[in-house]
Amino acid sequence: MAHVARLNRLALSDDELDAYAGQLSAVLEYAADIAALDTSGVSPTAHPLPVGNVWRDDVARPGLDRAEVMAQAPAPEGNCFRVPPILGELA
Amino acid sequence: MTAGAVPGWDLVVGLEVHCELLTATKLFCSCRNAFGDEPNTNVCPVCLGLPGSLPVLNARAVELAVRVGTALRCDIRPSIFHRKNYFYPDMPKGYQISQYDAPINRGGWLDLPGGERIRIERAHLEEDTGKTTHVGRSGRIHQAGHSLVDYNRAGVPLIETVSAPDLRSADQARAYVSELRAVLVAVGASDGKMEEGSLRVDANVSVMVSGAPGTALGTRCEIKNLNSLRSLGRAIEYEAARQTAVLEAGQAVVQETRHWNEAESRTTLMRSKEEAYDYRYFPEPDLVPIVGDQRWQVAVGADLPALPAERRARLSDALNGVGEAPSPLRSGAGGDGREAVATLVELDLDGLVLGAVAAGADPRLAVNRALNEAAADLVGARRLDPGAFARLLAMEGDGRLSATQAKAVLAEMLAGGGDPVAIAQARGYQALTAEALEAAVDEVLASYPDEWSRYLSGDVKVGGFLVGQIMKSTRGRSDGKAAAAALEQRSRRSAKRPLPGESGSGKGRLSGKR
Amino acid sequence: MTALETAAAVRSGARSAREVVEGHLATIQAREGQIHAFNLVTAELALQTADDIDQQVARGEDPGPLAGVPVVLKDNLCTRGVPTTCSSRILDGWVPPYDATVVVRLRAAGAVVVGKANLDEFAMGSSTENSAFGPTRNPRDVGRVPGGSSGGSAAAVAANFAPIALGSDTGGSIRQPAALCGVVGVKPTYGLVSRYGLVAFASSLDQVGPLAGTVADAAAVLEVVAGHDPADSTSLGQPAPALAGVLGQGVAGLRIGVVSELMKGSVDVDARVREAAGALARAGAVVEEVSVPAVAHGLSAYYLIAPAEASSNLARYDGVRYGLRVDGPDVTSMYGATRAAGFGAEVKRRIMLGAYALSAGYYDAYYGQAQRVRTLIIDSFAAAYQRFDALLAPTSPTTAFRVGEKVGDPLAMYLSDVCTTAANLTGHPAMSVPYGVGDDGLPVGVQVLAPALGEPVMFKVAAALERAAGGGGGAPGAGSGGAGMSTAGAGVAGAGAGRAGGRPTDGIVGPVGTR
Repeated sequence: MAHVARLNRLALSDDELDAYAGQLSAVLEYAADIAALDTSGVSPTAHPLPVGNVWRDDVARPGLDRAEVMAQAPAPEGNCFRVPPILGELA
Repeated sequence: MTAGAVPGWDLVVGLEVHCELLTATKLFCSCRNAFGDEPNTNVCPVCLGLPGSLPVLNARAVELAVRVGTALRCDIRPSIFHRKNYFYPDMPKGYQISQYDAPINRGGWLDLPGGERIRIERAHLEEDTGKTTHVGRSGRIHQAGHSLVDYNRAGVPLIETVSAPDLRSADQARAYVSELRAVLVAVGASDGKMEEGSLRVDANVSVMVSGAPGTALGTRCEIKNLNSLRSLGRAIEYEAARQTAVLEAGQAVVQETRHWNEAESRTTLMRSKEEAYDYRYFPEPDLVPIVGDQRWQVAVGADLPALPAERRARLSDALNGVGEAPSPLRSGAGGDGREAVATLVELDLDGLVLGAVAAGADPRLAVNRALNEAAADLVGARRLDPGAFARLLAMEGDGRLSATQAKAVLAEMLAGGGDPVAIAQARGYQALTAEALEAAVDEVLASYPDEWSRYLSGDVKVGGFLVGQIMKSTRGRSDGKAAAAALEQRSRRSAKRPLPGESGSGKGRLSGKR
Repeated sequence: MTALETAAAVRSGARSAREVVEGHLATIQAREGQIHAFNLVTAELALQTADDIDQQVARGEDPGPLAGVPVVLKDNLCTRGVPTTCSSRILDGWVPPYDATVVVRLRAAGAVVVGKANLDEFAMGSSTENSAFGPTRNPRDVGRVPGGSSGGSAAAVAANFAPIALGSDTGGSIRQPAALCGVVGVKPTYGLVSRYGLVAFASSLDQVGPLAGTVADAAAVLEVVAGHDPADSTSLGQPAPALAGVLGQGVAGLRIGVVSELMKGSVDVDARVREAAGALARAGAVVEEVSVPAVAHGLSAYYLIAPAEASSNLARYDGVRYGLRVDGPDVTSMYGATRAAGFGAEVKRRIMLGAYALSAGYYDAYYGQAQRVRTLIIDSFAAAYQRFDALLAPTSPTTAFRVGEKVGDPLAMYLSDVCTTAANLTGHPAMSVPYGVGDDGLPVGVQVLAPALGEPVMFKVAAALERAAGGGGGAPGAGSGGAGMSTAGAGVAGAGAGRAGGRPTDGIVGPVGTR
C-alpha cells in the first residue's frame, strides 16, 4: 500500500493506509469473480469504439495567452512555473 | 574490439535515439513546434495538461514516422498509444503518451558507412516533455535551489529509434548516431541539430568477457544526457572502463541508470533498478489506433529521397568505377576517399559532384573544389548548376584559368550563379599562354640574376621569392604552382643553356613584349 | 414549463428570456439553501445572456432551439472564465481558459447557463456526498441522497432550478441520480457527444449527457450537444441523431428484452420494471425476459477499469500549473502534500485501487482481465441485440437512500452502480425514465438500453414509458410518480404481453411483482 501511495504521490498517514488496505481488499475480493472467468482467447477491449486513424492536419493555431496561463500558476516566476528543488524525484 | 584499454573484455552498446520531428505543430495539439521561443508562449489546454483537454494526433508526425520506418527497413504495423505514468514537473499530465508494445515501426536495420549492419528494434512515436531549468541557490542564505518549468517543448513529437545491442565500440556508436541523423535529415524527419536538442541519445552499455556467445550479455547500465557525439563517445568509453574495473575487481555490475556529467567527464548514479519506475503502462483511452494503410505506406515509401548509404555508393561508383578502390581520391582533401565521399553526402554536395562528373569534369578536381571551396558556401553550393561547375573545372583543368582565378570565379558563381566563361571574361581573366609565362620567367630571371644563380646552385629558399616575382609580373594570371613548375623546368634546361641574360634570344623576346 | 415550451415561448416573443431566468433564479433562491444543488449560481451572467437572447429576438433573429432555456452544468464541465471545481479542493481557484464543446453548443442554441452543479468529487460516487463542498439533498426528500455523481444536476432539474441540465456518466452517474430524483437521464453512445472540456474520470467510459424533466426535453438537449467534434479523437463521425420525430411513434412491433441478470434489486423497484415492461407490451411491443450472462461481471470489471484510468487521469493535479499547491522542501513532498490535501477520501481510494490494478505484477490479473471481461460483456449484449431492439432493467437497485447511510461502506456504495456500469463498458446508450415510486414513495427509474447509436429506438421506448407513467407534460414531480404507480399497478401479466406480440414465448417469464 505504501508503494502504491508513493507511486501516486499521495502523502497518506498510516491510519489512512490501513483503512484503504481493508477497503481495497474488500473490493478486490468482490471482483474476484472475474479472475475466475476463462478469458483465454479473448482479446481485451481498451476502447468501445471500432475506429482508427483519427488525426488532424499539421497546421499551427495560436495557443493560450501567456498572461492568462501564468495567472493560474500557484508559483509563477519569470514567465515560468516555479517548483521546489527536484531532489529525489525520478525522471 | 576491447572495452576501454582493457583486453579480454568486449563492449556491447545499444542506443535509444530521441529525435524531434520536423513538424509545424506538436504531436497532439496545434501549438507551434518551435525551438527557442519565449517560455510558455507555445502552449494550450492540451499541452499544458489542463483538465478536460484531449489529444488529437498530428497526421504529419505519423507520415514522418512511416518515412523513418521505411528508410530503416522496418515493418510498419498497426499501432496504438500507451500512457507511461510517472511524475516529473516537466510532464504536464503525469503521464507521457508513448508507444509501448505496439509501436508503429518494428524490426529493421541501418548500414553504417564502414559496412556494419546495425539492427533496429523499433522506432516509435511519443511526445516530448517540457524543459526544466534548475536554478541554484540564490544569494540569500536559506534560499534552497529550485526549478523553473517551460512547457513550450511539452508535446513536441519525437520518434525514438531503439537499436539492438549490436554496437561494439564508442566509435561505432558515434558512426551509428551520425548515420541515423543523416537518414532522419534525408527523409525530412529532423533538422539534425543536436546542439538544439533535436537529437538526444541514451546509451545502454555493458561489457562481457571477450569471445562469450552473443546471448551472454553483461549487466547493462543506461546512460542518459548524451547530447553530442563527443559526449556519447566519451561516456561510453568512461562507462566501459568503469564496468570493466568493477568486473576485474571481482564485483558485479549493478543494473542502474546513470547520468553523463560532461563537466566532470564521468557518469554518476541516477537511480538503481530497485528504484526503477513502475510506469503502469496502459492503452491511451483518449486516442484511437493507427491502422495501417498499405497503399499509403507504399506511396510514402516511394516518395522517399535517396538515403545516405545509397548516395555514397552512387558517388563512389561515379568517382572510382564500380567496385574499385577509391584511389583517385586518396590524395584528395578528405585524405581518405571514403571519408571525402561521406562528407560530400553529409554536406549534400554529392549531387553537384555527380552532375559535374557526368558532364565530363575531372573527378578529383570536382571533389577538391566541392569540398574546399564550394563547402565554404553551402547555400550557394547546393543551388550551383553542375553543368556550370563542370565548365569551370574544365577551364581550370586545361589551363585557361589558373587555380587562383578558378577559385575567384567559383566564389562569384556561389554567390550569384552565372556562367564561368562570362564571369572570367568580365573579370578580364585570360588564359596565360605557355609563351607568356615563359616571357614572364625570362623577365624575372633577367631582373634577378643573383637570385637565379643561387637558385641554380641549390638554394631552394630563394625559389619562393622568384615564384612570387613571376606571379607578380603576370598579375595573378599565373598561380604559384604553374610558376614554380616553369621555374623548375627552366633550371633543368639551364644545365645545358646559358643564363637568359647571356643569351640574345631571351632578351629579344622580352623586348618584343614590351 | 418544459424546456421546449419555454424555448417556443421565448422564440415567439411570448415570454422574455429574462423573465424565464428570473423565475428560475427565484426558485433557486427559495430552495437552494435546503438542496445545495450548486457549487456556483451564475445569476448575473445568466441575466446578461438572457438579455442578449431577448435582443436577438427583438432583432428578429432566432437564438436557437433552446432559446432562453436555463441549463445547469455539472461542475466538471469547463466554462471559460467561470470556476470549474469538480467539487474538489485540488482545483481551488482554477478558472478554465476555455469552454467545453458541449457548453459552446448549448450557448449557440440559446441556452442560458444558470450555474455549476455539485457532484461527487471528480464524479466518483453514487450519492453526491463525496463533494468537498458538502452533500446535495434529494428534492423529493431532503433526508435522502440525490444519487450521484451528477446529483447536483439531477436535484436541480427535480427542484425546477432549471428544466435541463448536463451531467456526465462513467458508470451510471447520470442515470442513477436521474432515477433517484425522478427525472430523465441519458447516457448517450460513447463518442456521440464530445468529451472535450469534460474533466476526465475514466476516459474510455465517460460520456456527457442530458438530464431533463421530460423525455422530449432530454432529446432536444441531446440533439444540440451531440455530433462530431474534431477536438475529441474518440468522437464518432456521426451527426447528432434526429430524435424529436421518433418520440410519438410508439413501440408497436419493437422487440424488448428485460435483462434477467439485472432484476436483482429491491422488490418494489423490480416490480416497477416489470410493470413498465407490461405497459410496453400493451402498447404493442414484444416483451421477453432475456439473459445477458456476462453482465453479472460488469460491476467488477468497472471497478477495476474506471479507477485504473482515473489514477492516471488525476496525475496531472500536481500543484505546478494550476489549482491547489501545498509547498514542501522538495518537489516530491510538494506533490504528496498537495495531493493529500487536495483530494478527498473517495478519490484517494480510487487512485490507490486503480494504480494497484495497473501495477507491475498485477496488471494481467486485474486491469488486463477486466478488459477481456469487457469484451465478453460486449459480446453478450451483441447476442441479445440480435433478438431485441432495446432492453429494460432497473436503473438503480433501490430508491434514494438516506444521507450518510453508505458513507462508511465503499463497497455498498459501489453496488448502487450494479445496473448501470454495463452500458459504459459496452459504450452503448442507456437512459433512465421515471416510472412510479417505490414502497417508500420515492421515485423509481426504469433503464432503457439500446445498441450503439440506438438512440432513436431508445428514445422511442422511453417516450412510451413516459406516456404510460403519465409524465412528460407539466413540471416534473407533478404527480407523475403516482400516475406511473397506478398505470403500472394495473397488474401486467406476461400472458397479456404475449398475446400482444402474438408469440407464445413473448411476455415476461416468471411472477410479476410478487417477490
